[in-house]
Amino acid sequence: MTQMNEPLLRVDNLTMMYGDRVGCKDVSFELRPGEVLGIVGESGSGKSTLLRSISAQQEPTKGTVEYQTRIDGVRDVYQMSEAQRRLLMRTDWAFVHQNPRDGLRMNVSAGANIGERLMAIGDRHYGNIRSNADSWLGKVEIASERLDDLPSTFSGGMQQRLQIARNLVTSPRLVFMDEPTGGLDVSVQARLLDLLRGLVHDLNLAVIIVTHDLAVARLLSHRLMVMQQGKVIEHGLTDQVLDDPQHPYTQLLVSSILQN
Amino acid sequence: MEQTVKNPADGAPDYNFAYLDEQTKRMIRRALLKAVAIPGYQVPFAGREMPMPYGWGTGGVQVTAAVIGPNDTLKVIDQGADDTTNAVSIRQFFAKTAQVATTEKTAEASIIQTRHRIPEKELREDQVLVYQVPIPEPLRFLEPRETETRKMHALEEYGLMHVKLYEDISRHGHIATTYAYPVMVDDRYVMDPSPTPKFDNPKMNNMAALQLFGAGREKRIYALPPYTKVKSLDFEDHPFEVQTWEDECGMCGARDSYLDEVILDDQGNRMFVCSDTDYCAERQEAGHRGPQHHDQPLGTADRGKAAE
Repeated sequence: MTQMNEPLLRVDNLTMMYGDRVGCKDVSFELRPGEVLGIVGESGSGKSTLLRSISAQQEPTKGTVEYQTRIDGVRDVYQMSEAQRRLLMRTDWAFVHQNPRDGLRMNVSAGANIGERLMAIGDRHYGNIRSNADSWLGKVEIASERLDDLPSTFSGGMQQRLQIARNLVTSPRLVFMDEPTGGLDVSVQARLLDLLRGLVHDLNLAVIIVTHDLAVARLLSHRLMVMQQGKVIEHGLTDQVLDDPQHPYTQLLVSSILQN
Repeated sequence: MEQTVKNPADGAPDYNFAYLDEQTKRMIRRALLKAVAIPGYQVPFAGREMPMPYGWGTGGVQVTAAVIGPNDTLKVIDQGADDTTNAVSIRQFFAKTAQVATTEKTAEASIIQTRHRIPEKELREDQVLVYQVPIPEPLRFLEPRETETRKMHALEEYGLMHVKLYEDISRHGHIATTYAYPVMVDDRYVMDPSPTPKFDNPKMNNMAALQLFGAGREKRIYALPPYTKVKSLDFEDHPFEVQTWEDECGMCGARDSYLDEVILDDQGNRMFVCSDTDYCAERQEAGHRGPQHHDQPLGTADRGKAAE
């Protein structure tokens, strides 16, 4: 891995305007393989807009998103053809939605959900797809016997884990997560975070995680970006930002959490 | 070229030849040409209201109306039979509005409009097969958004189609889809072969006749030019297979045709007969006999009803 220190993703001066309104403004950062970046901020601060723009779902008004592809080297994702971009999104990238119903196919079995990405890239051997799906079910701590069950029969936490398995089956290098623990109760959140942390470490995933929960950010992310009104107001190592916040808004954010 | 019905007393004097006006036929022919040029691609067309309900073959009727000429001989089948309501009424419709010759013999027809079946007899280059299609989009049940399915066709993203087959195997142990079985056309477009049983899928491959598909409600036309490669989707370890029957046709003894099961009474007695009535009748004329044939030829009308 000679490219270990090359950035995997480079975002430069990204600006997204909704008419006169600012979605996010002049955001720049780099992300290296295996690095977890948290984006925190209050509701409406532009986190989700930023995530959508970076993950090629919404073309920004200004700025570039460059990605170190496996084959073609560094490419601007918005300069790629749509076919290339969609291929990238379902192989080397993954997107974990807050609501698992947005990221799962609810009317096909868990196995088919996990197998979909494999079939999309041309896997045509049923037995292999199935055993692969089964092993991924194990990795996200769902019993094998649930392989043929519909996701609608799963609990919220299981659905979220299934969504993660479905996304990681093609061994992506970059994972986008939008509030992956939102809507789950605290004990389930803890288990999910534990699982995520393990997977991120084992698979050397680069992750961009959007959350409003500073505890999640502290547990998962190496670096943290704090956003307010569409701008990044503070950016640094997670512990540094949370333990010694510089910007008044970050100070407010950190102090608003109950400390033990 | 305006063509009006030759004998107003017999036909429908107030209508143009084959019911549709010439502008409409021209519009449909344009869609057909595009469909033939891009095998398996669904071409939108401005489907008209026809004097029959959607689901009765309005798409097929419009395609037939656009390609039929005064010298054509029309055969219409419904589930393989020439004598079911749908087939009879469509045949009469064209007999009246276009005054074309009609036939029940596959070999004599120049245009065959069909719902569900492809005739057992091999079709020739000078024949056209017109399908009535209810749902032209093979991806519909997995991806309800039309904008998305079009994009998937455009970018050849067909993984989803295998998700359906995967689901079949995981639930039933084998690919349980028996009709509307998705096919890959000319290594490019995935196509829904309309509700034909998968038994007929291999006949579509490399067929000498032109195959035209019309979906009236959804206003889509697609086509397979003669000698087009049509491959049924499958898995490496679960290859495509057609249905087989342990029984033979009760009337003609055929073992190579698609058989309908007919319940005879409430004692559990049943028989199997060819769904293709012309094929069966021809075999019986040639002296073939099945176990239930008692040399009192069962009228084709009865057989057709029983098959429904």
